[in-house]
Amino acid sequence: MKIEDLLNEAIFAVSANKVRSGLTILGIVIGIASVIAMISIGQGAKSEIVHSIQSLGSNVLTVIPGGARIGAVFMGRGTAQILKEDDVKVLKTIGGVVDVVPIVQRTLQIVAPNGNNTRTSIIGATPELFAVREISIEKGSIFSEEQVRNISRVAVLGKNIANDLFGEENPVGKTVRISGINFKVIGVAAPKGGVMGMVADDLVFAPFTTMQKVLAKSDYLNLILIKGEKKELLPQIQQQAILLLAEKHRVDPQNPDFTIISQEDILSTLTQVTTIFTIFLGAVASISLIVGGIGIMNMMLTSVTERTREIGLRKAIGAKNREILAQILTESVLLTFLGGAVGIFIGWLISLGISKFAQISTQVSLPSVILAFGVCTAIGIFFGWWPAKKAAGLSPIEALRYE
Amino acid sequence: MIDCKNINKVYKNEVETWALRGVSFSIDEGEFVAIIGPSGSGKSTLMHILGCLDTPTSGQYFLEGREISKLSEDELAEIRKKKVGFVFQMYNLLPRATVFKNVELPLIYEGLPKKEREERVKAALRNSAFPDEFWFYLSNQLSGGMQQRVAIARALVNNPKLILADEPTGNLDSKTGDVVLKTLIDLNKRGHTLIIVTHELYIARYAKRIIALRDGQIVEDAPREKAKSLKLIKE
Repeated sequence: MKIEDLLNEAIFAVSANKVRSGLTILGIVIGIASVIAMISIGQGAKSEIVHSIQSLGSNVLTVIPGGARIGAVFMGRGTAQILKEDDVKVLKTIGGVVDVVPIVQRTLQIVAPNGNNTRTSIIGATPELFAVREISIEKGSIFSEEQVRNISRVAVLGKNIANDLFGEENPVGKTVRISGINFKVIGVAAPKGGVMGMVADDLVFAPFTTMQKVLAKSDYLNLILIKGEKKELLPQIQQQAILLLAEKHRVDPQNPDFTIISQEDILSTLTQVTTIFTIFLGAVASISLIVGGIGIMNMMLTSVTERTREIGLRKAIGAKNREILAQILTESVLLTFLGGAVGIFIGWLISLGISKFAQISTQVSLPSVILAFGVCTAIGIFFGWWPAKKAAGLSPIEALRYE
Repeated sequence: MIDCKNINKVYKNEVETWALRGVSFSIDEGEFVAIIGPSGSGKSTLMHILGCLDTPTSGQYFLEGREISKLSEDELAEIRKKKVGFVFQMYNLLPRATVFKNVELPLIYEGLPKKEREERVKAALRNSAFPDEFWFYLSNQLSGGMQQRVAIARALVNNPKLILADEPTGNLDSKTGDVVLKTLIDLNKRGHTLIIVTHELYIARYAKRIIALRDGQIVEDAPREKAKSLKLIKE
């Protein structure tokens, strides 16, 4: 029996009872549509996280101080005051390092002359920060090395902060008060987006010396960013940085008082989380797919019973058992395939609807579509197997006599 | 062409039922044989065995020299496909399919190319005297006599040596029954071996040879002119 005939016979059988086939397919349509829609939400979340991590700049290592202890109370990672400007100089000597950026960070109140005010993170850094974090400037300029040396009271506003404080007005050249101290706005960063804590749009940037001397009144750094020349060099740089800093801090390199993490570390942790999230959503949705599959099996069993005489005749005129088996399986796979195709389309529409109306980013990826078709075929074969086996095993004599 | 040697068929349910006991006969190519007998005489069982739908419990059945009583299901299907054409009392057509598709059905399992199939379907429909204008009607739109002629065309389409008809006129009135019978007789004249299983004696009267069964045994095997079974019931 040719593939073409197998398909024609299946189409003929399935279209013999269009309403019943349609209703049965509906189960698969709903199942596949919900799986596609759910996975698209998971994938959307994942790609958003990847995008926002990558927007923090590529090939960047972050040095985080360890936790401070007050008596027996651990204050959490990043609270210890150990990183200083000297560490930056040490790190710059490592081969393959392009830039090292000291960061002093405080959350402070910022007030515009018109009275608008907000509370946000003020980042004190060197001008290299903008290159390392890949932040571009929309209006005005970034602060210079000289302004860092001179402890100048200048600030670059993130896009959201500029909007909150000044609305449509151009903030460049205006003065804002941070913690009661006047700063001159010299630039506004271009919008960058992202969902993580370090959204450039919600930050205010100033020279780190100004932060140390004027706002934080402390010589310690909160973070140090190290930008490597290329990705392959990062593990090596990380190793050397640990050794050099440990030596400088006079601590054991196996148990240093700081941590160095790469973006790959953050990324892999977060993508692991979203993968679990995606699998969970998909698993919940596949329950409806299984229900749909049982519907297919139910219909195929009924159909095989109804067509007992026909199957008997087919065998009498020379159909082999495996040909009958293939025919019934083709019918059930055809049903699940049709359901899958419609389901993918509807699932895609649902995910478009979700991202449009619920503002959740979604992404229907090619692998999930291919997977859906694969699952449909598997369901067709799995739930069609028993009815097909039943049909193939019919005795032609008894089947022909069946009333 | 057909050679049966001491065929027994036993059905084992709660009790053993001997459907056929020691049946032996042979049929040459081109013969027209009527197998007659009352219901329960074993004629249907015999037809199933002759048509390779079933195998005997013991004994041997040679079809064109090939012993088939020990063949597997798939091998039997292959023989049915190539050598046997069936005509059933209930026609057994696919109701929602056209006449053409119904006749084409055996060729689908043969895997023939489309063009050759069409040629053979047309030839079979013409040989069974089926009118051209109804070729693309759905089979359930046709009268019983017409449906049975579609079934005959379907039995013919593979050019089988052997045509087995099981009560082919059983569901038809005598007039249409005669037309169907005439079609079958024409096929026999063209060289197909024809075996009709029936309990209607008027049909048997057209056959050249009568095999009469009773309680699973052959009680008479004779040319029509000498067959006592026909005369007995006639009187």
